[in-house]
Amino acid sequence: MLTIDQATHDAIIAHARRDHPDEACGVVAGPIGSDIPSRFIPMLNAAMSPTFYEFDSGDLLRLYRDMDDNDEEPVVIYHSHTSTEAYPSRTDINLAAEPGAHYVLVSTRDGAHEAGPVDFKSYRIIDGEVVEEEVRLVARYSDSTATDVSTTQQKAED
Amino acid sequence: MAIEVRIPTILRTYTDGERVVEGSGATVTELIDKLEADHSGIKERLIENGDARRFINIYVNDEDIRFTGGLETAVSDGDTVVILPAVAGGSGLI
Repeated sequence: MLTIDQATHDAIIAHARRDHPDEACGVVAGPIGSDIPSRFIPMLNAAMSPTFYEFDSGDLLRLYRDMDDNDEEPVVIYHSHTSTEAYPSRTDINLAAEPGAHYVLVSTRDGAHEAGPVDFKSYRIIDGEVVEEEVRLVARYSDSTATDVSTTQQKAED
Repeated sequence: MAIEVRIPTILRTYTDGERVVEGSGATVTELIDKLEADHSGIKERLIENGDARRFINIYVNDEDIRFTGGLETAVSDGDTVVILPAVAGGSGLI
């Protein structure tokens, strides 16, 4: 299960909408071993593509150095799909290289980049195996047990 | 003094969980061959058909070797080499 605070969840969606129709990508870092995604880090999609994302190699090095310096790890690695569902593609699966991370996918297809609900899903991707997991939204991490505002956000059926 | 090599999480299965290992060699190619001698299996994760893999980044003293001569980039004692898998993906096929 991914537990994530409302502000970070909203920031990921806002980034995905802002970069639509290109894919948006980023990381939410957290203290090593905490499983708490606390530091939102939107990244540049160096591919600037509607079907591919890749962190710039220099940005990647700085990101990992900063996380090392802060005793952090990438708790969440997120990106958007802009014309397909929020499910890992074959490319996503082949390139997933952080077995400890929650891979978050959001989809801005079908007008979701402008208005309405945005699919927000989380997966574990380990050795080519994809397992979807529950997303638990909390107002804040400090009192996450008391202020569970909702569980996974589902796209409205149409 | 040796060359410090920082190993990403996904390759630490080859280094008994170590985040940093020591290496030696005059070029990245030689360094990788030495890594392979000490940590069997790691080379195949870094090299494909004689070239550095597209989605593995190797940095020598903070410079991506793609811009400094690739696998023939010179290394020497005291250098720091960082290996990082690309963070990449997307809806399309590659």
